Amino acid sequence: MSAAQETGSEVRRDGLHHVAPGREALIGSRGGRRPSRGGEVVPPAEFRSYYGRAVIKPPVWKAHNIAGYLFLGGVAGGAALLAAGADLTGRPGMRRAARLISASATGLSLSVLTRDLGRPERAVHMLRVVKPTSPMSIGTWLLGGFSPLVAVAALGEMSAALPRRAADLVGLLARPSGLAATAVAPAITTYTGALIANTAVPVWHESHRELPYLFGASALAAAGGLVTATTPAREAAPARLAGIVGSVAAQVFDRAIHRRLGMVAEPLTGGRPGRLLRASRWCARAGTALLAASAMRHSRALDVAGGLALAAESALTKFGYFHAGTASAADPKYTVLPQRERAEAAQ
Amino acid sequence: MTEKLLEGTKDPAPDSGYPQPPRRMGFFTDTSVCIGCKACEVACKEWNLIPDDGFSLLGMSYDNTGMLGADTWRHVAFIEQDRPLGRQNNAVALMPTGPSASAPNALMVAAGLGEEHGARLGTETGAIQLEPNTDGKPRQPVSADGRTELRWLMASDVCKHCTHAACLDVCPTGSLFRTEFGTVVVQEDICNGCGYCVPACPYGVIDQRKDDGRVWKCTLCYDRMSDGQEPACAKACPTESIQYGPLDELRERAAHRVARLHDAGVADARLYGADPDDGVGGTGAFFLLLDKPEVYGFPPDPVVTTRDLPAMWRHTLFAAVAVAATALAAFAGARR
Repeated sequence: MSAAQETGSEVRRDGLHHVAPGREALIGSRGGRRPSRGGEVVPPAEFRSYYGRAVIKPPVWKAHNIAGYLFLGGVAGGAALLAAGADLTGRPGMRRAARLISASATGLSLSVLTRDLGRPERAVHMLRVVKPTSPMSIGTWLLGGFSPLVAVAALGEMSAALPRRAADLVGLLARPSGLAATAVAPAITTYTGALIANTAVPVWHESHRELPYLFGASALAAAGGLVTATTPAREAAPARLAGIVGSVAAQVFDRAIHRRLGMVAEPLTGGRPGRLLRASRWCARAGTALLAASAMRHSRALDVAGGLALAAESALTKFGYFHAGTASAADPKYTVLPQRERAEAAQ
Repeated sequence: MTEKLLEGTKDPAPDSGYPQPPRRMGFFTDTSVCIGCKACEVACKEWNLIPDDGFSLLGMSYDNTGMLGADTWRHVAFIEQDRPLGRQNNAVALMPTGPSASAPNALMVAAGLGEEHGARLGTETGAIQLEPNTDGKPRQPVSADGRTELRWLMASDVCKHCTHAACLDVCPTGSLFRTEFGTVVVQEDICNGCGYCVPACPYGVIDQRKDDGRVWKCTLCYDRMSDGQEPACAKACPTESIQYGPLDELRERAAHRVARLHDAGVADARLYGADPDDGVGGTGAFFLLLDKPEVYGFPPDPVVTTRDLPAMWRHTLFAAVAVAATALAAFAGARR
């Protein structure tokens, strides 16, 4: 009898139904010990990994590009809202500052986003599809609608430098463009939360409920701060208020994330992300205090100092969360332990 | 459409618009017969013309590949444990004792790895305490010089070709697509290297090639499949640890294999990725493992990130409304 007949090892994938597979080499079957079926003692839930290597791949995004965009996109969206409000309430100084800030932040955003691509010359491939399952795709289309509108609104502030006919056209279009931009501006500030939460990165994914609120609030703090810092003090009241409210709300959502994430929040408190987020909290306290003082006294110096502090708060928050996500992806503990607990709870 | 993409059916090809697709094909990797020869790694590199990914000694085991990546589409893991293999007594005389890597070696390797691989050495993988025997008595080292039981686990890892594939869901260019065989493949002439799929994959499979900018991963040898050939790794596997075929047949075969192993006293044998109701809807490439998934570097209970995307979009929308309302209130509340 050949080995093939004996073990059935010639039987391949075709026609194999209710038959044991061809590989009868049962490991350990030559050993002398008694079978210990079902005798394995299940060890208590413990952390094990493959030589401590990461389970998931940390993001390949560069912090200065993508964390930078999380900040700049927020500034762009928030400032567009403030520009429209200033336009409607007759605050020309604030409108000018907000429009210019919004357009510059949008331009910088497009630049860093393109530069972060592995193949920047293929940036236009983003426009091949519209995919609701991909926040990056939706974000591309949001930015695609938003960018020309804020650009035209900003050109309206620079009409002196334009040829007369172009200036006339821009003068006509600036207000409708600026107002139309407010249709997408709020989503520009919040979708970035879904963008990074829609990954397997533990810190980001686990905080997917709070991140859009945190990022939206942080965007208001940044935009309010920067617009306040560049606006005549007598016009800056709404920007100050938006900045203060945004900053306070951002701190509330930041605390909520820390509380709810439990062990997965560790990367938010340790190392570089921890330092960034602690610095962000100090900037928030300083900025809100300075702007609140300026709300009483209308002081340009207080406005500039407080406004910049709030912008710094927002940038530090975004960079802190970016680096915390990367740290949580690089350590298998944050991937394995919550999943292990979930798997054992389900059994 | 969104609903279908997010939830999917059990069979992804018809769901992706193929009216009459061929049967869904996949891999069953039976690690209990893997001998760690790495023929699969080599065959994959040769067939798919994957560039060299560096010659490094990782100092953690006989695995010097480390993990899947842009230039590693099959990866053989080696795990050394102080446990018996089935009923065998593997602590043979003349085997060296002590840890498998020296402290200076481990330090040097950890420094070399750094953050480049996103990895940190130093956690133990195996069971360090000897587990008690079935009669409850503690298991003793099997020889007087303290030599312990030993087993090696070897497993050839690969892209899982998920039923609900996060990489495919998040790709903003449509470069990643579902083939008629139900597998997931990158179109390299479309990929613009945005990198979104890299952290989206719950298994850490897909990665960006640094000097190229695009992402790469296992295609399940789409070119060979289309010609009715089995993928290079399965072709090269000398023990049929890697089996290729229609997924439903493979699942049936795997269930038989697990039952036989249980009968043979290997109570730890388990299937990983074979359950169509798991967090990724079951994988097109699934495994028979002899220990917990995390020991092999697999996530214990992966969930496709887009399962929570409807909630994310909802919160994004609410947050956007809140931002707009706050801005409005700031103008209403501000006094000149």
